[in-house]
Amino acid sequence: MTTPEQQRFATVRTIRDAVRSGAQRATEICESALTRIAADDGDLHAFNTVMRDRAMARAEAIDRHPGRAALPLAGVPVALKDNMCTRGVRTTASSKILEHFIPPFDATVVERLEAAGAVIVGKANCDEFAMGSSTENSAFGPTRNPWAHDRIPGGSSGGSAVAVASGMVPLALGSDTGGSIRQPGALCGVVGLKPTYGRVSRYGLLAFASSLDQIGPLTRTVDDAALALSVIAGADPMDATSAPEPVPDFAAGLSAEGRALRIGVPRALLTEGVDPEVAAAFLAAVEVMRAAGAAIVDVELPHAGAAIPVYYLVATAEASSNLARYDGVKYGFRADPAGGAMQDDLRAMYGRTRAQGFGAEVKRRIMLGTYVLSAGYYDAYYLKAQQVRTLIRRDYEQAFTHVDVVAMPTSPTPAFKLGERVDDPLQMYLADIFTVSAPLAGLPAISVPCGFTSQNLPIGLQLTGRLFDETTLLGAAHAYERQTEWWMRHPNT
Amino acid sequence: MPAGFTRAQVEAVAALANLELDEHEIDLFARQLGDILAYANQVQQIDTTGVPPTASVGLRHGADRADTPRPSLNRDDALANAPDGNPTAGLFRVPRVIG
Repeated sequence: MTTPEQQRFATVRTIRDAVRSGAQRATEICESALTRIAADDGDLHAFNTVMRDRAMARAEAIDRHPGRAALPLAGVPVALKDNMCTRGVRTTASSKILEHFIPPFDATVVERLEAAGAVIVGKANCDEFAMGSSTENSAFGPTRNPWAHDRIPGGSSGGSAVAVASGMVPLALGSDTGGSIRQPGALCGVVGLKPTYGRVSRYGLLAFASSLDQIGPLTRTVDDAALALSVIAGADPMDATSAPEPVPDFAAGLSAEGRALRIGVPRALLTEGVDPEVAAAFLAAVEVMRAAGAAIVDVELPHAGAAIPVYYLVATAEASSNLARYDGVKYGFRADPAGGAMQDDLRAMYGRTRAQGFGAEVKRRIMLGTYVLSAGYYDAYYLKAQQVRTLIRRDYEQAFTHVDVVAMPTSPTPAFKLGERVDDPLQMYLADIFTVSAPLAGLPAISVPCGFTSQNLPIGLQLTGRLFDETTLLGAAHAYERQTEWWMRHPNT
Repeated sequence: MPAGFTRAQVEAVAALANLELDEHEIDLFARQLGDILAYANQVQQIDTTGVPPTASVGLRHGADRADTPRPSLNRDDALANAPDGNPTAGLFRVPRVIG
């Protein structure tokens, strides 16, 4: 017999095995997830849209599926960040400008999840267009951290992280541009994986910064993240940036964990601005890995300190270009003419539509990105940032000549209070110090739970791996996780 | 590099971005963008002589595909989300462009 607590926090693997064998029906699993969402989401606000009808229809189809026993995610309920397109189900990016947008197609990840037997139960709240580190920049209101309801869950994939951490679903997809999967994963006490750039198709992901954006899973175990990655990864003719690299069975690779790992620690990065309890938990995690047989090696990442300015110059430049498409013509919100006029001119319509449709952080980033791309400033900011990006990449290439993964805290602080940083965007950006360099270098990185503060707030350990070497990365994260019990802790619900 | 932003600079950038800003936003962004760029100026201290820019990473393959027509979104679906579409004529309507 399993307890309600065990059912609530059942892993992806447990659920899919039960559905495959017929021990549980996908419809029962789906109904329980929908019941938990109905009970808890009024307060937490992890979801913008719950897809009850589509989810139940999918679950019934799984229960009737003749090949159910071979489906890798049979009957697994999934939350999808609301910046991934779902045919016939509104997809808002938590923006007023897309509040009523109904995509005419599914994102490739949606097709792959459903083909694998997964049941998408809803669209998760996030910072508007994935721009933010707290999920407070949602046009539909913030998401709350299940460990402390007066605190932020991290962002931008805050709804995805909360849906998993609170036991509503065992799996969510997020998108990560500068830490938007890993940081909320850390702040909510779950696993968050950003795969290598190009590993997962972005067809149907609403673009933020195209040289950085990547989709990945949030789960409660590394094994579950590996199961999900094998389903969503792989080349896609609909995304020219998706990579043709073969996709191994990542979960099967986890059993080979005996290999002695070399783990790099960039100690110079840990000196300032890191909360003492976070630093202590990180150093304790390093000792756990050492005790388990890993070699701990000091590494230098001399340019990592410049990663935040580089990230905010590159990402905003790309965002200003990507978000030019929201113009009130082809889809989305259009503002009424000013002052009761029947008509205004096209440029005025664009300006007013974007003024009323976008929130403050999106406007701030469009402004910054437009400025750094404008005549006279392009070389000084955008080009310079791209050159420093090369140096950051080279730092990692150098480090990976003598280590297998690089370890850092995921976030320098635990979850902060709602509203604490909304008036100080620069302060908010500085919290991304440990997460922005992996996407700048295209590298895969994962956050796993590594402790709690004295106030019972989760702390995350981040590991970064070589390009397309998620196998080693997941192996290292799994080996660490199996030495600890942090991942077994759940918030009171 | 400008440490601060003038209101006129903010208005010029907003015009480039097709973004109408109110008085409060102009003042707010003048201050905040100035702060962010002052911080970002630290990249100027890094020697990048001879360093090529990285525009994208991880791509080890050609992205070209055969130039052959394939089915695409049908017209009704493409127009379904338009704030002012005309499905019968197959058009997106926009306000007057030429006065």
